[in-house]
Amino acid sequence: MSSPARWPRRIRPLFTLYLPVTPFVFFALFPLYFMLVTSLKKNAELYNVAAAPFVIRQGVTFGHYELLSKDTLFWSWFVNSLLVSVAATVISVVLGILAAYSLARLRFLGANSFGVAIFITYLVPPSLLFLPLSTVVNRLGLSDSLWALIVTYPTFLVPFCTWLLMGYFRTVPKEIEECAMLDGCNRFQTLVRILLPVAVPGVICAALFAFTLSWNEFLYSLVFVSPAELKTMTVGVFSELIRGDIYYWGELMAGACLGSLPIVIAYVFFLDYYVSGLTAGAVK
Amino acid sequence: MQLKTANGDVAKLAARGEAPTRGLSDVLVRDTSVAYAFIAPAFFLLLFLVGYPFVLSVWFSLSDARVGETGSFVGVDNFRRLLSSGIFQQTLQNSMVFTAAALTAKTVFGMALALLLFRVARFKRVIRGAVLLPFIVPTALSTLVWWWMFEPLYSVVNWTLKALHVVNRDIPWLSDPYLAMFAVILVNTWRGLPFFAITLLAGLVAIPRELYEAAESDGAGPVGRFWYVTVPLLQPVLAVVILFSTIFTLADFNIVYVLTRGGPMNMTHLFATYSFALGLQSGQIGQGAAVSLFLFPILLGVVFFQLRLVRKAATYE
Repeated sequence: MSSPARWPRRIRPLFTLYLPVTPFVFFALFPLYFMLVTSLKKNAELYNVAAAPFVIRQGVTFGHYELLSKDTLFWSWFVNSLLVSVAATVISVVLGILAAYSLARLRFLGANSFGVAIFITYLVPPSLLFLPLSTVVNRLGLSDSLWALIVTYPTFLVPFCTWLLMGYFRTVPKEIEECAMLDGCNRFQTLVRILLPVAVPGVICAALFAFTLSWNEFLYSLVFVSPAELKTMTVGVFSELIRGDIYYWGELMAGACLGSLPIVIAYVFFLDYYVSGLTAGAVK
Repeated sequence: MQLKTANGDVAKLAARGEAPTRGLSDVLVRDTSVAYAFIAPAFFLLLFLVGYPFVLSVWFSLSDARVGETGSFVGVDNFRRLLSSGIFQQTLQNSMVFTAAALTAKTVFGMALALLLFRVARFKRVIRGAVLLPFIVPTALSTLVWWWMFEPLYSVVNWTLKALHVVNRDIPWLSDPYLAMFAVILVNTWRGLPFFAITLLAGLVAIPRELYEAAESDGAGPVGRFWYVTVPLLQPVLAVVILFSTIFTLADFNIVYVLTRGGPMNMTHLFATYSFALGLQSGQIGQGAAVSLFLFPILLGVVFFQLRLVRKAATYE
């Protein structure tokens, strides 16, 4: 960094830094840009092999979005995703807070084993268990209802929230809580009144990730729920918009854009939380 | 506000004097029951919806269960039949190629990107935010756009390559077995790269600056500093990221299912998609469960090494 500058100091980073970063940014953003462009392009231009695919020359159209709203169950899927994600997030964050608190603060027989168990389930990919889980969901009488997802999403969200919050709680000094306890608060009151107000950023981070993971979930939703009107967004757009061999690419991309929008909006507002949640698992 | 509460409590505590010693054993006894009450909901949820399904999965894999039938015990028949089946051998090979290639690409490019992002000062938030985006967007939906980009007739990739006169005919991205494998690896790399870059960046930030200065005064150039300071100190983070990504790359379902459904000719099937095809599409739950259980030894290996790393880090502190 401080090696002798052959170029003037202000121009050098352009070549050694911003130029090499450009392909990475392009690689990351181009598919998303192309998604948006396709969703706004008229069919005549979309299916013209000679036309340049990157740009819109013949005017922007919202026709694909209109068709998506009118002719498909898109908004039902959207609402389903919202219901499932909010419910699964609330359940998982509450269970995660309780479990993380006892792991971070309380000493009890089996604490270590429970910690390891949480860690193992945190690493269990959904694709390992979807077959037996579909049997369990069937036996519970939950298949083909949103409850199937509200109940099963916490299986990967609770371990994540617990792990993340446990790390966060450990960074909060114990002394404040000990004072409150000596003052007559019980553990639950201490957790709710003393620790949680201090740990708000950790809770927001856990909730954001839980919501994002639920919103993006695909496999369980694909397997456990089959009626078209009960599908979540990711599965609905994928399986209901493709009929036989005819692809409505404009509508598909419009669905993909709208389906990504809530997450992108949350992301723009809470970028720092996303970054800290992402690195929490790997960097202490 | 918290601070005020704390101070107030300290004052009361000082006045009371004997309070800390009185209820200590009392508090510990109550702690245990509180702890069990607090972990109970999470514990039972994971017991019934992770532990029990896992046992069920082992049972399925040892039985000839089909959709709607419980099936009977057949020993290791499913595993024996799988290991001698051509499609499963192909799936094994695909999984190894897919995971090795995607992990290598993500590690190398993730490291390069992290080193660049570390030095970025202007537009820091915008650039970091843009680079992280593929990881946040729903994979099932973003893979749809890749599918559209590789579409046989209107592929934007082919259009560009033809416009630049690199090729003069359409490249069959998803119908050629090798190109299809390349495509799923590319999309997996696209999605997973941000996780590597951002996590490695956090690791880079944590390396003390003095070490670089010391290395520099010892005459180390940029390459020397990278090999003798960055790499050794980043090793724990790198190991965790690679282990973590191994299991989730190997277990990938969304990208392959959306892009190729395991085709052409089963050349891109991974454990998850093949297990899905066997267990749900042809109803052979026993066989499907056996396929997905092949992920388990790898999961155990990853857990073992991760825990060792965590413990090692803990003893250094």
